[in-house]
Amino acid sequence: MGLKSAAVGGLLFLHVPLALILLYAFTTEDKSYQFPPPGLTLKWFSVVWSREDIWTALSLSIKVATVSTTIALVLGTLAAAAMFRSRFFGRESISLLIILPIALPGIITGISLRAAFNLADIPFSFWTIVLGHGTFCVVVVYNNVVARFRRTSASLVEASMDLGADGLQTFRYIVLPNIATALLAGGMLAFALSFDEVIVTTFTAGQQTTLPIWMLTELVRPRQRPVTNVVAVFVMVITFLPILGAYYLIRNTESVEGGGK
Amino acid sequence: MKIAVRFHSVCRYFGEVRAVDNLTFEVADGEFFSMLGPSGSGKTTCLRLLAGFDQPTSGHIEIHGKTSEGVPPYERDVNTVFQDYALFPHMNVIDNVAYGLMVKGVRRATRLARADEMLSLVKLGDLGARRPAQLSGGQRQRVALARALINEPRVLLLDEPLGALDLKLRQDMQIELKRLQRNLGITFIYVTHDQEEALSMSDRLAVFNQGRIEQIGTPREIYRTPGTRFVANFVGLSNLIPAEWAQRLAGFHADCSLRPERIRLMVPEEQPREGEIVLGGTVVDVRFHGADTLHEVELKNGQTLIVVTKSSEDAGPQEARVGMRVHACWSKSDMHPLGNIN
Amino acid sequence: MSIGAGPSGGALIRKQVSNLLYAHPRLFLTLLLGPPLLWLGVVYLGSLFALLLQSFFSIDEFTGLVRREFTLSTYAELFQPANLDIIVRTVSMATAVTLAAAVIAFPIAYFMARYARGRLKAFMYLAVMLPLWSSYLVRVYSWKLILAKEGILSWVVDKLHLNWLLDAILSISVIGGPSLSISYTGMFLVFLYIWLPFMILPIQAALERVPANLMEASADLGARPRQTFRKVILPLAFPGAVAGSIFTFSLTLGDYIIPQIVGSSRLFIGQAVFIHQGTAGNIPLAAAFTVVPIIIMGIYLTIAKRLGAFDAL
Repeated sequence: MGLKSAAVGGLLFLHVPLALILLYAFTTEDKSYQFPPPGLTLKWFSVVWSREDIWTALSLSIKVATVSTTIALVLGTLAAAAMFRSRFFGRESISLLIILPIALPGIITGISLRAAFNLADIPFSFWTIVLGHGTFCVVVVYNNVVARFRRTSASLVEASMDLGADGLQTFRYIVLPNIATALLAGGMLAFALSFDEVIVTTFTAGQQTTLPIWMLTELVRPRQRPVTNVVAVFVMVITFLPILGAYYLIRNTESVEGGGK
Repeated sequence: MKIAVRFHSVCRYFGEVRAVDNLTFEVADGEFFSMLGPSGSGKTTCLRLLAGFDQPTSGHIEIHGKTSEGVPPYERDVNTVFQDYALFPHMNVIDNVAYGLMVKGVRRATRLARADEMLSLVKLGDLGARRPAQLSGGQRQRVALARALINEPRVLLLDEPLGALDLKLRQDMQIELKRLQRNLGITFIYVTHDQEEALSMSDRLAVFNQGRIEQIGTPREIYRTPGTRFVANFVGLSNLIPAEWAQRLAGFHADCSLRPERIRLMVPEEQPREGEIVLGGTVVDVRFHGADTLHEVELKNGQTLIVVTKSSEDAGPQEARVGMRVHACWSKSDMHPLGNIN
Repeated sequence: MSIGAGPSGGALIRKQVSNLLYAHPRLFLTLLLGPPLLWLGVVYLGSLFALLLQSFFSIDEFTGLVRREFTLSTYAELFQPANLDIIVRTVSMATAVTLAAAVIAFPIAYFMARYARGRLKAFMYLAVMLPLWSSYLVRVYSWKLILAKEGILSWVVDKLHLNWLLDAILSISVIGGPSLSISYTGMFLVFLYIWLPFMILPIQAALERVPANLMEASADLGARPRQTFRKVILPLAFPGAVAGSIFTFSLTLGDYIIPQIVGSSRLFIGQAVFIHQGTAGNIPLAAAFTVVPIIIMGIYLTIAKRLGAFDAL
């Protein structure tokens, strides 16, 4: 059927390039992107292992991602709880504001932060990067937690209080367990997003190098191409796994929780 | 007689909408009290005000003599069975039931033993280890009941708990709930839109309409002598005799309600009984409802009366059929003048 | 009455805090909303404001420093032919990519919504989601491999003896170039690849919301499959396509990495912004350039909202 082949073709279109990267990580040719690869080897993996600059970039990326995710988890949950529980004046606008960092292209966030740092004479540092990453990570966590709140029956909280649990007890025994997987999924997505982020980071990092910035430099002025490929494979894996995990976490909680019918 | 719950001029407005409009009434201790009415009539809002999930715009509510203003739900001696049961999905049944004791700090062994007792009370003794998602609707409803009773509240609020169950199960549960209430001796406040349910289970009931109570009384009072047109039509079927006719036929000065089962159908040749009111008409529709048969009779003045008779054994010549000329008879005492709500 | 001991010291504090928050819902709301709004307000809105502010400054031609005085001259610079070129170029590419993405995404989305069931559907959903969330840079990079002169695409073209076609495309004046990896065509392909999942998912979501019996009703009323498609399915899928187009359009408008890696030396808006704020230090001009996509997207979003795209998100 024509439709089926078109669909399959489209999916292949999406995934073949990624498979190619994997292939090219093993090629022996290091000066060009020759296809088919003349030979296969594992040596580039050990080359990457010994490169100091890659390790530095990697550790910076991990540190930034961890801190940004933590901030995002706290702020995102607070915001989701506030937006869900009550209707108040200005709710729509706040909803829009929270979405804005992801809705507008990264370059706007990046250049805005740069302009602000410039205006306030703030030098580039670890924290300038985190400021940028934290902002859009909050949105990711918020979206996940708010969606989970929406699928949770409101009467669960009422039932808990009716039975004698005060607000804090209700949060600990009823609310938290129900949003736990959403928090986990949101956190993992935020981590992957931050780890991979390059657009905003180039504006806020100054001289520092995260792993994506390292890759960008290599892309523009390639030295050892297969080394870049190996790093690319590595980045793919590091971002793939949390996404997969988050997907499975969210998928199993499709139905409305707590509904009696 | 002790008063369990007292509403004093309670209002709950949502902007322009008057969900509860100046309600004043009492519920006695140990009573099975129903709040009956269509959706949006304010009965669920009253329940929520009692439970503490909402605050009145004005007026106040007393529970066992103490005002409930500013008292959060977790400090009221009132428990609720929710319409959607609201069972905690991440806990199993016995932990759900024991929840009320857990948050009070009761030790694990004690509270699990009590929870077991409650589960036996609602006849779910061996389902403690299951999760809510694994239970049927009727079972979940009973878990919700057990969970609400474990705190031994003096007032239990039930928000249309049987709405999702099918007819047979609903009828069984009605009997069980009534028996439970009588044995436990606590006050049940029961919200429903099903008038048969309210009539069969309650000691007293209140008929709600648009935020107000149109009538409070025992089921018999409400059915036999409906106070307003709304009550007459909402609780059971009713014929409305307009005031002019009511005056001419029986001397009443208001519209009257007349229950369909109080009307007798005769063939025109038959003699009416002493003191009966008789009107002639033609049968225009006959509907068989099992134990009863419903007839629509068009009177000479154009008005249609609904008449309900016990279905006869066989379709013999006495059966009223479409097109037959009949006389509809009833006695004056079956007509009840309707007023407006006070 | 209750079973067991009364509340202990810690529990008492907890209860008092609970009661306080319960009695004052506004206070509770402020506590919840305060920190995130503070962050977003100060960091995000604050910097947006700083950006806007800077666009009204100008750069002194002699000293190369930013002159912090209100002026419209920086915006006037945008209208110079070279800069206008950049804007037009970027908008055209964004439009082309959006249209192509809609066309290609539709069969995939349609198949996923209508024909895929259960595990196949979950698998396809995952297959579309993963590239979406996985590394942007890696995916762009993969196309550099593909488009390279000695890379796989040339190899395939060669094997299929379609070299003449490739050369013909490359020789077309605007969209062609010396090689695939340095041409608009190449850039177009990469943009299309990167943003495609953004278009597939909203269309699929919109199509899923069409109840199956709508198509049966249409057929029952006498419409042929082609008519049902045109009159029932397409209009209902349209808001999804508009929702997807928001992403493809806005992301292309602001992107500066893809033109840098797979492009000619002719600049796009994103690159212009990047270059001006970099070594040149001309933040006002960079800011002015950034305002352009903001305004364009503002108008686009208003139109999209009218077309019902927001319900399809």
